[in-house]
Order: sequence, then C-alpha cells, then structure tokens
Amino acid sequence: MSVQTWTWILVGITFALYFGIAIWARAGSTKDFYVAGGGVSPLANGMATAADWMSAASFISMAGLISFMGYDGSVFLMGWTGGYVLLALLLAPYLRKFGKFTVPDFIGDRYYSNTARTVAVICALIVSFTYVAGQMRGVGIVFSQFLQVDINLGVIIGMAVVLTFAFLGGMKGITYTQVAQYCVLIFAFMVPAFFISMQMTGNIIPQIGMGGEIAEGVPLLDHLDQLHTKLGFNEYTSGTKSTWDVFAITLALMVGTAGLPHVIVRFFTVPKVKDARKSAGYALLLIAILYTTAPAIAVFSRTNLIETVSEKQYSEIPEWFKNWENTGLIAWADKNGDGKIQYVAGSALDGKPKYTNERGAHGERLVSNAKATEMNELYVDRDIMVLANPEIAKLPNWVIALVAAGGLAAALSTAAGLLLVISTSISHDLIKKQINPNISDKGELKWARISIVFAVVIAGLFGIYPPGFVAAVVALAFGLAAASFFPAIILGIFDKRMNKQGAIAGMIVGISLMLIYMIVYKTGLIGVMEPLPKSEWWFGTSPEGFGTIAMLVNVVVSVIVSRMTAPPPQDVQEMVENIRIPSGAGEAVAH
Amino acid sequence: MTDKQQRAKAYWKENLRYLLILLSIWFIVSYGCGILFREALNEFKLGGFKLGFWFAQQGSIYVFVILIFVYVRLMNKLDKKYGFDE
Repeated sequence: MSVQTWTWILVGITFALYFGIAIWARAGSTKDFYVAGGGVSPLANGMATAADWMSAASFISMAGLISFMGYDGSVFLMGWTGGYVLLALLLAPYLRKFGKFTVPDFIGDRYYSNTARTVAVICALIVSFTYVAGQMRGVGIVFSQFLQVDINLGVIIGMAVVLTFAFLGGMKGITYTQVAQYCVLIFAFMVPAFFISMQMTGNIIPQIGMGGEIAEGVPLLDHLDQLHTKLGFNEYTSGTKSTWDVFAITLALMVGTAGLPHVIVRFFTVPKVKDARKSAGYALLLIAILYTTAPAIAVFSRTNLIETVSEKQYSEIPEWFKNWENTGLIAWADKNGDGKIQYVAGSALDGKPKYTNERGAHGERLVSNAKATEMNELYVDRDIMVLANPEIAKLPNWVIALVAAGGLAAALSTAAGLLLVISTSISHDLIKKQINPNISDKGELKWARISIVFAVVIAGLFGIYPPGFVAAVVALAFGLAAASFFPAIILGIFDKRMNKQGAIAGMIVGISLMLIYMIVYKTGLIGVMEPLPKSEWWFGTSPEGFGTIAMLVNVVVSVIVSRMTAPPPQDVQEMVENIRIPSGAGEAVAH
Repeated sequence: MTDKQQRAKAYWKENLRYLLILLSIWFIVSYGCGILFREALNEFKLGGFKLGFWFAQQGSIYVFVILIFVYVRLMNKLDKKYGFDE
C-alpha cells in the first residue's frame, strides 16, 4: 500500500478514537469543564500532561533543531524537562491543596485583590495566545504535508477537530483524548527511532545507540565531530553559544515551563495533594522518553545526512532528496559547477529558497537567491529531519504514515489544552469573578463554551494570517511566563510576608521588562524600528534567555515593595499556612 | 500554639530541608555538569559519550525523573510522620 493510503487509514482510525472519547466524556458541570471533575488518576493525568506539553514543535522540529545546533540544543532538552522538577517540588502540591480552578484564582485570592487577579488574567492571555498562535500554524502545516491539502484548509480542519472535543467535554474531554494522543504520538516517535538506531549502531535502544560505535569501531559521536570539523562546522558536541547564554536560556525555559498556565492547571484535576506530586513524576517520565530519544535521532540523522550528500554527484543522490526538493525544504545551488554537492559551514542561500521554476544542468531546481560569497551549496530545512528520517532510512510505508498520525496528535493535544486555558480565563476569571459573580453554574458553563468558540476562531485567524512575529515569539512565551507568574506563585507559597503591592508591582515590572527587551532586541516595532543587533544585548543575554533576568528583577521588586508596605491580613496568612500542609485538600471547590 | 500548628511548623521545616537538598542536586547535574563544568567533564568518557555532553543531553533528564520520584517517597513518609496523610 502507498504511504498516502496508509496515512488516511491511520489518521482516520486515530481521529475516530478521539471523537469517540470526546462524546463519552461530555462535561455536565463547570467542574467537569474546568478541571475534569477533579477525579483524574495520577497516571492518566501524567499522560495528558505529557501530550499537552509535547507540541508539534517537540515532535517534529526539536530533533531537527538539535541536529543543527549540536550541544547548543541542550538548552531545549534540559530546559523543557527540568521545569517539571520545579513544578513538582515547588508548585503542584500547594496549588492542588489551594484547590480552585485557575492560576489567576490563586493570585487573586492569595493577594486578596481583584487588581492582582486582572493582572494575572492579562498575563495568562498574553502567554497563551503567543503560544497557541504558533500551534495553530503547526496544525495547518502538519495537515497540509500529510494530507496534501492547502495550509489554510489544514488550519480550518484542525480548528473544527479541536473545537469538537473541547466544546463537548471541556477539560474532561480534553484530558481523556490527550491520554489517547499521548499513546499515538509516543508510539509514532519511537518506532522509527528503534529502526534507525538498529541500522546505524546495532543497538535497538536509541539512548544507548547514540553513545555506541559505528561499524569501524569508532564511537558515533567522535565520528560526527570529525565530519563536522572536516566540513568547517563547529564540533557537534561543543556548540557556539556562550556558557552564560546557555545557562540563561536553560533557566528561562525551565522556570517558564513551571509557570505556563496550561501546564499548571493540569494539577488541579487530580483528587489529592499526594496525587499531584506523583502525577508530575509520571508526566516527566513520559516526557523524558521522547526527550532522551530526540538527541539520539538528531545525531543519527545528522550523520546520515552528511554521509548521504557531502561531495556526492547530484545525479546519483537518492530519491527522497528530490522529493523534498520538490516540496521546497531542500535546495541545492551548484556554485562551482562540478555537479557535486558541497555541504560545508555557512548559509547557502539568502534566507529561504526562492525557486525560479527552471531546472539546472543536472535537473536540480534553480534558486535565485544563492549567496555567491559562501562555499556552502546546500540548504536544508531543519523540520525535515524527523519527517524525512523514515524515508532516508528506507523504512516501510506504514512507519512513514505513523509519523503523520503522531504529528497530528501532538499538534492537536497542545492546541486543545491552550484553548481551554484561554476560555477559562474569559468565562471564569473575567465573567464569573469580575463581571457577574451571581451567574449560575449552568450560565457559566454556557459562557465557557461560547468563549472556547471565540478562542478557537481567534487562534485560527492567527494560524491563517500569521503575524510575522509569531515564529519569533513562541519561544519567548516561556520568558513571559517566567517573568510574570512564576515569582508571584512561588513567593505566594514560600513567603508569608508577601503582599498584594509586592506581587502586583513584581508582575507588572517583570512582564513589561520582558516585553520591552523582546521588542527592542527580537521583533522590532513594525514601521518604527528594527531589532537591535546581538552586540547590544545586556550582558550578552539573548532575548530567549532574558526571562531569567526579568524573573530575578520581578523577585527583587516584589520583596522590596512588600517589605515597605503593610503585611497581608491575618486570614491570608492562615490560608498560606493551610496550603503548606497536604491533608484536607478535598475537591477542587466551586465558590 | 496548638498541637496542629506545632506539627505543621515542624513538617514545613523538614519539607524545606528536602527541597534544599533535592534542588541542589537538580542544579548540580544540569547547570553544573551539563553547562558550567562541561569542558572539564568532557575529558572523561561514558561509553561513546563525552561526559559533559552526556549530562547535558541525557544524564540530567534521567536525574530529573529520579528526583521527582524520590521527592514523592520522602513526602509520603513525611505526611505519615506528622499525621497529614489521607
């Protein structure tokens, strides 16, 4: 059977499964809708958290990104896993004990202030929208590549699917579909990895194969380092970023992970404090399976790519190369006219390939933007690594189709989780807690459903008309979360003296500082200014790593302001004492 | 101070001590072995891996998982010790 037929079959089966679950897990109350009734088992919640967490970016782009970054890619590996340690030790158990529905709930009650709640809602919306905009685009790209439809149609199909299970089931529907999606995506990620590891190193476990030897008795990583040095790249295992920048980015990603509202809210869905701790452990274990495999895939595919193309005649290159050239993810410009592919350090083209619709002397697609000053002749899109891996390794068609189903599962589960946070912010934190406190449970549920439709439509529009800055800012959502929520929550639990003035000042200063740095050094202001260059960075900190500094500033401002103003009232101090002990968490209570 | 408040205070103190120890390990494996001291550790080998590189791309993640499960065990015991389990 062809890849296309297999893809339709596997995607069809998995989608039928998701819809079946969504109908079975319909939500009857706001508690079902926001926190799945608070009755999810720790393992199921761990699986759902893992699926929620691992987006299309983790599934498709991360291994490719690492394979081009080498050691520098470690920032993602450590940053996106280490945050769970913070979450499990510093946040999840206490927030579960607190026992409300959302992060702004906690901020609003702990800091006895609707202003604090509003600031938190605004931060939650900024963080979630930056994040979801990238996801919807991802959904569109995955659909378009695998089902051969237009990207915009892909986004619309994705919107319809997410809307169905989120609208019907709320958190309950999303949680149980995410459990299924985790199974699909991890299976789809691991099967090709096993095959390739076996082929290259003779060891079926990729984590071990990565440190294994290739046929000649040379360690694979040393071999790759030598290839890199020979072609003028930095050693794969060394990287190019400064130690401080690696440190700052890793910390910003870790703290940001622990501060993302769609991750935190998952720990409200388990019955007890004990379960919240355990559930964070399961979540990280399940995430770690993918995150320790990705660097192995990166090494395998990097070695494979170099060995397949470097100094080879274009006319003798395997079929997959030409297929991806046709889809626009690979381009070759024969600068020295020798008919061979020179793949060395430096960028081959000025940005993405601009094809001229003509074919060159060897049958390659000609590009108009080759950089004559660089020796490198090959452009490779980093997303290709996971997608092309099964083809490069000549795996059976069903494995290639499986990757499609896995990519879709990853993209949909993350988008759904984020959309729920956005709709909860609107229906619960804004309407119920601020505009109309007397609204009935049924009325609130209706608003929750209306706002999810609203959120899906906005996110879809972002996906169809992506603002130029989206790709640039998705990584910065972590910096924003690190600079705003994380200190406010941590101090709220661990510093009894922290009061509303301190927390509000800290959050506002932190998120503003991060936004300003982002605009000045990363996105620029359209029509007003271009982003400033690297040489101007504060202490050599990249915008991705700046969340670390903004977070520290937040903490300092919070502490100083709180010590200069009145301590929090007695009942709030008692509340803090109460969330520090685990017993008597009860259910996630409605108010 | 009531008995419950005293227990809560002692419980919190022990909890903070656990956090300090576990988070130190968290910091050392990732920021220490994986980032700050990786050059020195790269002189050593673990199978085909340079040790610093292994910590950055594999080892620290394994340690993170273990840390959380150790924490779960320690806290479950602590809950029992002070009568806060359920």
